[in-house]
Amino acid sequence: MLDIKDRIFTNLYGEEPWDLAAAKKRGDWDGTKELIAKGREWIVEEMKSSGMRGRGGAGFPTGLKWSFMPKEDDGKPRYLVVNADEGEPGTCKDRDIIRNDPHKLVEGCLLAGVGLGATAGYIYIRGEFHNEANILDAAIQEAYDAGLLGKNACGSGYDYDLYLHRGAGAYICGEETALIESLEGKKGQPRLKPPFPAMAGLYGRPTTVNNVETIAAAPTVLRRGAAWFSSFGRENNAGTKLFCISGHVNTPCNVEETMGISLKELIERHAGGVRGGWDNLLAVIPGGSSTPVLPKHICDTAIMDFDGLREHQSGLGTAAVIVMDKSTDIVKAFARLSYFYMHESCGQCTPCREGFGWVYRVMQRMVTGDARIEEIDMLQQVTKEIEGHTICAHGDGGSWPIQGMIRHFRPELERRIEERLAAARAA
Amino acid sequence: MSGIEIAPDHLQPDSFVFSDENLVKAQTTIAKYPERKQQSAVMPLLDLAQRQNGGWVPRAAIEYIADMLQMPSIRVWEVATFYTMYFLAPKGRTKVHVCTTTPCWLRGSDDVVKACKETLGIGMGETTSDGAFSLHEVECAGACVNAPVVQINDDYYEDLDFEKTKRLLDSFKAGDPPKPGPLSDRRGSEPAKA
Amino acid sequence: MPKLTVDGVEVEVPAGATVLQAIEATGKEVPRFCYHDRLSIAGNCRMCLVEIKPGPPKPAASCAMPAGENMEVFTSSPMVEHARKGVMEMLLINHPLDCPICDQGGECDLQDQAMSYGGGASRYEEMKRAVPDKYMGPLVKTIMTRCIHCTRCVRFVDEVAGVPTIGALGRGGATEISTLEAGINSELSGNIIDLCPVGALTSRPYEFVARPWELSKTESVDVMDAVGSNIRVDARGPEVLRVLPRLNEDVNEEWISDKTRFAIDGLKRQRLDAPYVRGADGRLKATSWTAALNVVAEKLKATAPEKIAVIAGDQVDAEAMFAAKVLFENLGVQNIDCRQDGMKIAPGTPRGGYILNEGLSGVEKADRLLLIGSDPRREAAVFGARIRKRWLEGDFKVGVVGEIGDQTYPTELVSLENAAEFLQGASRPMVIVGAGALARADGASVLAYARSLATVTDEWVGFGVLHTAASRVAGLDLSFLPGPEGQDVAGILAGVKAGGIETVFLLGADEINFESLKDAFVIYQGAVGDDGAGAADVVLPGAAFTEKDGTYINTEGRAQRASRAVFPPGDAREDWTILRALSEVLGSKLPFDDLTSLRAQMIEKVPVLGAIDEQMPGAWGDFGEKGPVGDEPMHSAVANFYMTCPISRASPTMARCVQEFMNSSNQEKAHA
Repeated sequence: MLDIKDRIFTNLYGEEPWDLAAAKKRGDWDGTKELIAKGREWIVEEMKSSGMRGRGGAGFPTGLKWSFMPKEDDGKPRYLVVNADEGEPGTCKDRDIIRNDPHKLVEGCLLAGVGLGATAGYIYIRGEFHNEANILDAAIQEAYDAGLLGKNACGSGYDYDLYLHRGAGAYICGEETALIESLEGKKGQPRLKPPFPAMAGLYGRPTTVNNVETIAAAPTVLRRGAAWFSSFGRENNAGTKLFCISGHVNTPCNVEETMGISLKELIERHAGGVRGGWDNLLAVIPGGSSTPVLPKHICDTAIMDFDGLREHQSGLGTAAVIVMDKSTDIVKAFARLSYFYMHESCGQCTPCREGFGWVYRVMQRMVTGDARIEEIDMLQQVTKEIEGHTICAHGDGGSWPIQGMIRHFRPELERRIEERLAAARAA
Repeated sequence: MSGIEIAPDHLQPDSFVFSDENLVKAQTTIAKYPERKQQSAVMPLLDLAQRQNGGWVPRAAIEYIADMLQMPSIRVWEVATFYTMYFLAPKGRTKVHVCTTTPCWLRGSDDVVKACKETLGIGMGETTSDGAFSLHEVECAGACVNAPVVQINDDYYEDLDFEKTKRLLDSFKAGDPPKPGPLSDRRGSEPAKA
Repeated sequence: MPKLTVDGVEVEVPAGATVLQAIEATGKEVPRFCYHDRLSIAGNCRMCLVEIKPGPPKPAASCAMPAGENMEVFTSSPMVEHARKGVMEMLLINHPLDCPICDQGGECDLQDQAMSYGGGASRYEEMKRAVPDKYMGPLVKTIMTRCIHCTRCVRFVDEVAGVPTIGALGRGGATEISTLEAGINSELSGNIIDLCPVGALTSRPYEFVARPWELSKTESVDVMDAVGSNIRVDARGPEVLRVLPRLNEDVNEEWISDKTRFAIDGLKRQRLDAPYVRGADGRLKATSWTAALNVVAEKLKATAPEKIAVIAGDQVDAEAMFAAKVLFENLGVQNIDCRQDGMKIAPGTPRGGYILNEGLSGVEKADRLLLIGSDPRREAAVFGARIRKRWLEGDFKVGVVGEIGDQTYPTELVSLENAAEFLQGASRPMVIVGAGALARADGASVLAYARSLATVTDEWVGFGVLHTAASRVAGLDLSFLPGPEGQDVAGILAGVKAGGIETVFLLGADEINFESLKDAFVIYQGAVGDDGAGAADVVLPGAAFTEKDGTYINTEGRAQRASRAVFPPGDAREDWTILRALSEVLGSKLPFDDLTSLRAQMIEKVPVLGAIDEQMPGAWGDFGEKGPVGDEPMHSAVANFYMTCPISRASPTMARCVQEFMNSSNQEKAHA
């Protein structure tokens, strides 16, 4: 279990005020000027050796990502964009950072900005987080008023502006290029890559998009050092991480833990255990709705990090653990998720726009068993026609849950179909 | 996935302009973005217009914003119809958004929906006849460890069940809504005390 | 110049080329719906997916992927076939099975590609989506349930037409292409019908008219403006049913204007299908060719040559003008003119003074453009699109002298006095004078002034005239102009009033002041019963441009040939043959018996008429007349894009466009 002194997010639950004075007491904005003075390369190298991988779902090494920004300065703007469009079902960690510890994010934006050679940062927050955005806006204003942002930020000689941009209801804007499009005042439709944002992102300028948690953790990583951060977790899976534990547990919660904690320990230690006891567990979606479901027998031993979950053909994703006990109508749970992916498709790519409607309609019939056995395979094939065939990862993210469900719960699908058939025959 | 709902002509105002206060806000917003990138302000301006106009964006506001940001109005229409938080037809003065995505559903959002329908006497997507409330189904609200949740106008109410939801809506009807947040003994996302 | 392999075949492509272009360079086809080489890349249909090594274990959209050195591209690997079949299946699940009643049937990309790349049957058993149809104006019919959301139409109106009126509203499976029930107020809107890969956007006037395999297709040239757009005329039996663009990079790329495409229903209205002679009762009466030609011949014989005048109209083929010129010059007539608008391009003007010297595509090389009394958007819509294309590339400014309509790119108002200043500093400035500016009383001074502004070097002739009449450049090349003692159009009209001119022969001329012709004996030869025929004492029915082989020279000086797609109606005849027959009755037989010998003689006189499809440069020299230019603002020659000739005025479709677009824009003007 992660020691309290090693937690990065010490005000996750909002027990203390969020404001600058309280944040400083918690150690934020401490020696920021000196960190900036160490320079862009040091920041990037330190992030690289910390082993930090992006906390937004894809898990791309953060330092490496930062190093993709062009080295030479052409005197024109370049941007850090922070993805606060949190909306992957099961995930609600960034919200806590923003409303309870916003200065970690604001300071992170400055330090990451220096690491990227960025002239400005934009934080894109989902529109529904209205009150959270108000707090973050106020925190940014506090930082400006204290000379921490803007011209000569923190007295470092570095000029850096930070802005907040509110979304308006579209999960797809969590995809980095859709987010950039949206920030430019368009529909949130993902862009073709190449060019990648590091070459041509916001307003056609070099841009790096990072998740809130990644950026908010960065100041602590830089202050306490790469070695400290990488001392947690396993190789390639370093650090501490915010976990969101929802669903059928006794005490759902957000919690910071070390990477590599076992799923069972995570649930039992922090979330009060599975409702009705571990043996009442049916399945867990381990990393937000896009990651394939794990049945209980895998949950018994699953390790909560990137590699540990990949071993089971799933993923850490956003580390949002959705727990389902034996009372769950597992097919209905996934039918609802398939509705989500249909509803949130931006509509550009044929397979995603058309395919998720198809999947949802078939899933509705699977709930009642109003289907044929061979349609289970067809459903699997349809998701394979979507996966990997679209501009962005929404096609993958919506396909994997269905594939995972079929992989582990095919007997349940068959049972419903056969029962309905038997009932029809009897009638 | 319902089609695009645009208010019929007789409900559309002839013109729309920002109030003095909102005009200042609009200008401050536009200034956040680089020169000639004023189109970036389209989403905040649509939100501003919606708030000024009682919760929905009229056609005239879309044309007005297009003009202000020097963008083709069809591009503003695209934005206004893409994002779910813009309404192009009148809705209830109090909008009740119920999250029914799987994490909320696992913890009883069906009961929350039922409580909403019973208390308000309307179905999903409908508005009460007095125009006070409208009921909306939303996708994952991003407060899953406090499920089930509803968002009422700008505020989240969390850790709900059937009874709490009924009481919550009744308090809104009475004009005395509670403080936003978990309607439990929790402050935020910490585990509940046993 | 990256080198890569496509299915094992090595290919080298220019830097910046896409994988799709590299595949095409090897002669292979790539299925696609959203990709179009003249539009921005959307990459959304996913039909062009191919396998690329090295790369992630999933296919890539070849339309958007830059070709890279040493790439290995596979176009029919199992991965690719699986992807294509999947995309095809997805495209079809919500596409209606209404091919039998769809106008796109037989020329539908979705049909064709479903045959080539799709599975044999559908596995989709759920409800199909239905989408309400949208109103897009009198030209484009929509059946939106068929839409596959490729967004070609959205990109075309935004990028090429410069009238961003179509959007993809909503999102996901509920995305709908829409104009919010407004007509598409663009002169180029019909091109989205060609671009639409399915039957979602079809031609409203052509609705349920024919199947493509029933049509005879004739390659020809348009005469609705002086661009000379390359077209294909589709006909069934005696009827022209539709006009489509043909690719010509130098002229119209692959676009045509809405007038070119849709005015053809005017060919079925008010046609002159028999000779007419005005009787004692003052009414025109149908008669025989012999009788009509006799009346004409008698009248011409009885009139002294200096009292005879000939005016050629805006859509006359060079062959007819040549025949008329020879015929009337043989009679000693000198009052000859092809400038019915009164354009002040004097006889003897060097060719460089009346053509668009750098060609229509030359504007793409210019870095500044000055339009003097010219409205490219309405006078030459596809050329307007080309100017916009140049503007989109950046570093390009357009100045406008006069009051012309809004263009599809920003312009700045420039006075003639400041024009030189506006052009200063440009390395390839282009000055374009409009027909409207040259038709003013001070047109010759405008011309001279424009000439003085032009930059002319060995490599760059930054001067051009944007004509509006398809026949004009050939008329000027043929010198269909007053002889040394002859009168121009204004002189002819004045002469009629004063009694000096008695007989006027109108060769397809309908754009003059017919009030002034009241006292003359008027012979009208032409195809459509418009003002000219109304004022005539004898009507000789000619052929429309779709009914004869004819040569036209466009505004850039490029001779092109139109071909006969159908026969002229009734007793109407190809125009040169009428003049040939008249010459025989007159006893002054023209020295050619067939089109071949006519053309040989015409080309001998005017060689540029034989340089088919080539833009022939014009000689440069002095032209115009130095003198004061009046203060009154210059106007375009085209006040109403939709109606500029007898055919378009007779067209019910053009009338609907006027009602839809002109009336509302008039209202806008009234409000402004």
